[in-house]
Amino acid sequence: MLKNFYRRSFIARLLAICAWPFAPARAADAAGESVDAMLFKVTGGARIQPGRVKLELPVLADNGNSVSLKVSIDSAMTPADYVKSIHIYAARNPRPNVANFYLGPRAGRAQVSTRVRLGGSQRVLAVAALSDGTFWSATADVVVTLSACYDAT
Amino acid sequence: MTARIQVPPSAKRGDVIEIRIAIQHPMETGFRLDDGGRAIPKNVVNKLVCRYGGVEIFRAEMGSGVAANPFLDFFTVAEASGELFFEWVDDRGETGAERVTLTVTG
Repeated sequence: MLKNFYRRSFIARLLAICAWPFAPARAADAAGESVDAMLFKVTGGARIQPGRVKLELPVLADNGNSVSLKVSIDSAMTPADYVKSIHIYAARNPRPNVANFYLGPRAGRAQVSTRVRLGGSQRVLAVAALSDGTFWSATADVVVTLSACYDAT
Repeated sequence: MTARIQVPPSAKRGDVIEIRIAIQHPMETGFRLDDGGRAIPKNVVNKLVCRYGGVEIFRAEMGSGVAANPFLDFFTVAEASGELFFEWVDDRGETGAERVTLTVTG
């Protein structure tokens, strides 16, 4: 009986050791894809031009757990010319793609606000996809005093 | 999951109105540990859809980079009196929904 117990725990440990190299792979969605790869999926390789997008974040954020973010795009928002989507990236976050917003001509105004987590001081990127197939971007630098994510409390 | 939604009670046809929604949700990143040192599984509200009179006017895909109790503020054109329907789902598959009636005059 006791011998059987030892054998079981031994096998369990052996399996755990074997599985160990795969453990980081599971966490890979955290750091796996680069922002460039994510952008390629959005744009399909089309050029992203700076401009038309306004990204507002505080210059200094005391706490990275909640930072207000406002993104707006210079667009008429008519059925002929509107913003299709807005993509937010924070490259230093463990998962850089913070959020994607999908709008339509019925939005009336191409503006979205939210609150984000930032894992350290960094340059946040916003990319907007317009109905005419062009892509526009803006960046904002944020200094984060207390970073999100790494604090267990 | 409860949510607080702010929509103007009435608007004139053609007006651009502001819609605000805050959902009560921890937005677990998956990087935190509990008291026993075990990882708390990632659980975030990953999708939110807003429909106005049955037509989708706004959709958000969110990750762990959105702060706890996710807050969204967006706009729409008041076209006709009707219902704003909000629907969201988290990683565990729990869904939430909320309806707001909007009166459009003129």
